[in-house]
Amino acid sequence: MIDIQGLTYTYPASETPALNGIDLTVPEGQLCAVIGANGAGKSTLCYAIAGFVPHFYNGTLTGRVTVAGRDVVATPLAELAGEIGLVFANPFNQITGARFTVREEVAFGLENLGVPRDDMLARVDAALALVGLAGLGDRSPYALSGGQQQRVALASVIVMRPRVLVLDEPTSQLDPVGTREVFETLAGLAQAGGTTVVLVEHKPEWIAVHADRVVVLSAGRVVLDGPPAEVLAAPELSGYGLAPTRYTQAARLAVGRGLAPGDRPLPVTLEQAAPFFTDRVSP
Amino acid sequence: MNIIVSALSFTYPSGVEALHGVNLAIAAGEAVAILGENGAGKTTLVKHFNGLLRPTRGTVAVGGWDTREHSVAQMAARAGYVFQNPDDQLFERTVQAEVMFGPHNLGRTAAEAGAAAADALAQVGLAAQSGANPYDLHLSERKLLALAAVLAMHTPVVVLDEPTTGQDARGVARISGIVEALKAEGRTVIAISHDVDFCAEHFDRVVLMAGGLILADGPAADVFARADDLRRADVEPPQLVRLASALGLLGAPLRTEQFVDLLAQARL
Repeated sequence: MIDIQGLTYTYPASETPALNGIDLTVPEGQLCAVIGANGAGKSTLCYAIAGFVPHFYNGTLTGRVTVAGRDVVATPLAELAGEIGLVFANPFNQITGARFTVREEVAFGLENLGVPRDDMLARVDAALALVGLAGLGDRSPYALSGGQQQRVALASVIVMRPRVLVLDEPTSQLDPVGTREVFETLAGLAQAGGTTVVLVEHKPEWIAVHADRVVVLSAGRVVLDGPPAEVLAAPELSGYGLAPTRYTQAARLAVGRGLAPGDRPLPVTLEQAAPFFTDRVSP
Repeated sequence: MNIIVSALSFTYPSGVEALHGVNLAIAAGEAVAILGENGAGKTTLVKHFNGLLRPTRGTVAVGGWDTREHSVAQMAARAGYVFQNPDDQLFERTVQAEVMFGPHNLGRTAAEAGAAAADALAQVGLAAQSGANPYDLHLSERKLLALAAVLAMHTPVVVLDEPTTGQDARGVARISGIVEALKAEGRTVIAISHDVDFCAEHFDRVVLMAGGLILADGPAADVFARADDLRRADVEPPQLVRLASALGLLGAPLRTEQFVDLLAQARL
């Protein structure tokens, strides 16, 4: 669904490329998490998949980005918008400012496509329910908390039913309950709906549970790529400015102190951690 | 410097009642984490510490000063508050000017303010960007800048609202180091955070809030062991506490070393 070959991109007025020789293929229905230190190129990768790079930001791009069969560089943004939804890191960048209520805000994209009114209202209410904002449709988007605005931004993209959903830190303002809901919603869209999801996040404990795959970026390059259990337990993770989950940290320390055997993969989730330690705790 | 909150209730002009008779005493030099879901009243509570909000009923005293009898400018010398959203806090044209604003306003000379700013920027790792416009920084860097602006004021009380949000592992490690340094200097550190693992590792006392009330208050290991209260506050226990509980280990380990010690004891 997403095919990136030899992508190198440099922002205008910058000398070093933000993305440097990226090769990445994401199949349909995969939930692919992208992690990396700040400045590693995560947001730029999101923009490149959604076409904001280079169409909006200009700059110099070499290589090829193909999404849902379209060459992103050769396709106008308006046309890409039907297939690819981008949720910005900062919800203030997403909310149009041109609509008075949350329901109108979420309907904005569908209105532009001329979707019939009844169909539109049903889709908007379903999207609001999905992100846990069912009761807030009549409020002003600006009267909401940061976390609620972040959900409005997510709903306004989900309502478009994009085949590819690209999200840049969509849970940064959310409490743990909100974070859980967003991760479960995304996993559901990928598994049941076949939506291809590219998710930039900092929260390894949630990625470990819900992602199909984890890609690590460092200085614009893909440096690790594999299943969460493999990537999040990789010893080189900290060298890229990333921290593993406490489960992995505890397991590594226990192995170091001879309290757990060193020949098994280290756990990255609670579910994996319990059996990892149980064998030894009650012999 | 201590903080005494007595029967504090607060109602926003919109009519929303955010706090319902909160009592809380924080001693000088304590490190306190305030946890609870969005809308629990956490930010409303801490905005009383520097007088940004005034009680509808009840009182708040910081180092013996009743916040109703002092200006925000006076209170700001005692309690520094780092906003959750740095864009609510930052307004100067350069990083340097932003960090000098606070100490300058407190009556320090330009040389003193400059020295305080340089120290604070070095602490948060932004020394090289002192000439930059704050809005050219990444959001995670603007958050560190907002923190530096408060650190430069050397207030006896430092309040951090969601300090680790949007930070990568290096940023979290840097903030952890700053919290530990403030504790070592005997300053009172208060943090609001959804990051329970960070709170468990650096804050000795935990206050759980829900619906404008305090549900639980005590040493971190005690509060994190109270599964029912955590559930009522919609707060997940830290990863290590969940793991210890899944393994049937007694106690709530706050740090990886404590967990491994518990594991070692269980195997004896």
